[in-house]
Amino acid sequence: MAPQDRLTLDRAEPQAAPVREPGSLLRAADLSVSYGHHQVVSGVGFGLSHGESLALIGESGSGKSTIARAVLRLGTGRASGRVEFEGQDILSLPERRFRPLRGRRIGFVPQDPGSSLNAVRTIGSQAQEAAALTGERGTAQRKELVLQTFAQVGLDDPRRVYDSYPHQLSGGMLQRVLIGLTVLPRPALIVADEPTSALDVTIQKRILDLLSELRRDLGISLLLITHDLAIAAEHADSLVVLKDGVVQDAGPTTAVFSAPESDYTRRLHADVPALNPDRYRHLRTRRGGEPKIEVSGVTKVFTVEGKPLTAVDDVSFTVAAGTTHALVGESGSGKTTIVRLLLGLEEPGTGGITVAGEEVTGRSHASLRSIRRHLQLVYQNPFTSLDPTWKVERLVREPLDRFGVGTRQERTDRVRAALESVGLEENLLSRRPAALSGGQRQRVAIARSLVLRPDIIVLDEPTSALDVSVQAGIVEVLVSLQAELGLTYVFVSHDLALVRQLADTVSVLRRGRIVESGTVQSVFDSPQQTYTRTLVDSIPQGFA
Amino acid sequence: MSPARPVARVRVPLTVVLSFAVVALVLSWSLVPDLFTGQDPARGVPADKFRGPSGAHWFGTDHLGRDLFSRVVHGTASSVTSALIAVGIAVVVGGLFGLLAGFLGGWTDTVLARLVDVLLAIPEFLLAVVVVSALGFQTINAAVAVGVSAVGVFARVMRSEVLGTRRAVFVEASYLQGGSRWHILVRHVLPNASRSLASLAVLQFGYSILLIAALAFLGFGDPPPASDWGLLVSVGKDYPLAPWLVYAPALVMIATVLSVNRISRWLRKTD
Repeated sequence: MAPQDRLTLDRAEPQAAPVREPGSLLRAADLSVSYGHHQVVSGVGFGLSHGESLALIGESGSGKSTIARAVLRLGTGRASGRVEFEGQDILSLPERRFRPLRGRRIGFVPQDPGSSLNAVRTIGSQAQEAAALTGERGTAQRKELVLQTFAQVGLDDPRRVYDSYPHQLSGGMLQRVLIGLTVLPRPALIVADEPTSALDVTIQKRILDLLSELRRDLGISLLLITHDLAIAAEHADSLVVLKDGVVQDAGPTTAVFSAPESDYTRRLHADVPALNPDRYRHLRTRRGGEPKIEVSGVTKVFTVEGKPLTAVDDVSFTVAAGTTHALVGESGSGKTTIVRLLLGLEEPGTGGITVAGEEVTGRSHASLRSIRRHLQLVYQNPFTSLDPTWKVERLVREPLDRFGVGTRQERTDRVRAALESVGLEENLLSRRPAALSGGQRQRVAIARSLVLRPDIIVLDEPTSALDVSVQAGIVEVLVSLQAELGLTYVFVSHDLALVRQLADTVSVLRRGRIVESGTVQSVFDSPQQTYTRTLVDSIPQGFA
Repeated sequence: MSPARPVARVRVPLTVVLSFAVVALVLSWSLVPDLFTGQDPARGVPADKFRGPSGAHWFGTDHLGRDLFSRVVHGTASSVTSALIAVGIAVVVGGLFGLLAGFLGGWTDTVLARLVDVLLAIPEFLLAVVVVSALGFQTINAAVAVGVSAVGVFARVMRSEVLGTRRAVFVEASYLQGGSRWHILVRHVLPNASRSLASLAVLQFGYSILLIAALAFLGFGDPPPASDWGLLVSVGKDYPLAPWLVYAPALVMIATVLSVNRISRWLRKTD
């Protein structure tokens, strides 16, 4: 018996007769949630039918996760209004009567698979708990059930997975395990809270496809929480767009996309890179001058636990002045190592790196320092790259102080000019990072890298920690600065849609090797390698 | 990914306000004792001996008819100053040890870490008694002894903080912007690492008061007629019929230490 059949046969005694009408499974009306005196969700309503999928879309702080937690009654906030599940108001239900529903009838797929499993117990022993929810008594039968489900969710070697500890599996596999455990008791509804935001792009696509597939094959409804409009459009039948806990737009996906009712949805739509590949075209006049960066045949081998690990293998690329070169790859592809080699933070084993005509490799600390004046780095996470005890003014001025540039007055002027160029108000000068939002922090970090007036800025996933609309603002700043100052960018990213928006040339990396490179247009339009094609295909198409 | 929020005003719990009031009172006792009591702590009126607490003598009088409240107030300076000295030694020496060990690493770290292990292996009180026996029976020596015995803890905390901060992304960022090792150590690592040291120091202040009082109780501090809190308790215990001689200084001590601990806990929470 194929696992597929077995699972379908197992659809044991449905507790409520499936009625096909909108909102027949889950219906929220006038739902409000508050933490203390702070109301985070106000009067939200939506409905979800059997076998359908609904996406709650919003940025951080929009209340989307709070709603998911209210549906599962996991939140600490105070919820009012009505949430009906199979015709029963679950908000007023005593915990004793709700507990049998959670897990059995309503499943939950969390955001970060890594922290959702107990690290000191095997997957199998934790899966047994989920299998117990089916009412199956025997350990051997439960194991059989678990193994079948693991096969169903696309885990190649269910037995090995069963005996593994969480740290022995990759993030994608762990998320499959969690999805497997969620569907195992055959719930009527799965709540998935940003199920892919901690995963690589190609895996992201597979996990989302898996959820859609399970929905189709097993008739499980899906409540998908996401910040990505493009993903929601691909995987949901209807959408609810939230901002500050208030519904901005709601309806069938096609309707919301073709005729968004609110300005917020329209703006969100414009900010998603996957849906607007040509957004910055007007700012990007191709210059393409002298080669500014030349990397030739660079190899870097690390020794990890006594074994050699080739992080970067014979990598070569050139970046012309005034253009943006993107390094694309999944985690572990060697992107970050290349950045560190470029900045002279690591020495390559073989090969050479030339930046603005000067050799980076084999230099002393002092002469590296002079190169770094022309070569600055913007880190991935603005929450860790700014000293929390310093104020904005001092943070941005630090490079000037260290390199002893100009008089005191000139430095102050340059700090103000740099902040202005990234679109920050002067009244932020005396704030510390903790009093800034993520987007503001990243702008400060960009201002800090600009203040020395470098020719080249290395951007290490500068927007991956930020919301879509914040990302759009940062990208806008970067693109217009490039047009204005003729900067050369090295842009490291795993987000191909973003790369398509702002890069001129691209190198696709896999396991330390460049598998394909060329202009963005040629690589995206006609990828030569299977791997590149997988990557390009993983860009959500949105509503076609 | 917190959204932009204006700097929220910190809400101070009532107990913390009370604790600050107690500490402020104790500190002003130690600075200007004469403002709080008109009576001479050393002048005894034999006719008034062993009077219980009253309007004239808030904490009662001792076996020589001396006003106990006045003695407690005047003894504060010695108790508080010695605790401050102890904390100072622990913070400066321990902090420096930890900073060097954490930042330089390698051999320096190994040597200092073993030294700290030795310090931590000896029970604190025993170490303090040994040090004060070697230096001589004085309150100031007791303070030094208590400070030395706490160096190990401070060095260890500082080291782990420095190790954490040294690998922080903003430290590498500063290095890329041309910062020297010295600049990074003083401007980035030290301010970040010393945050948790601050709340530990406050906690240690309370603990030092207790430890020094214990040493004074055992006779390792200044001899009478000094009026250290620990000494007052020690002398008072000989007169079981006048229990206020023990209760009054002990309660002052308890109130001070509890307040200091409460403040330390609050500091750690609010960061």
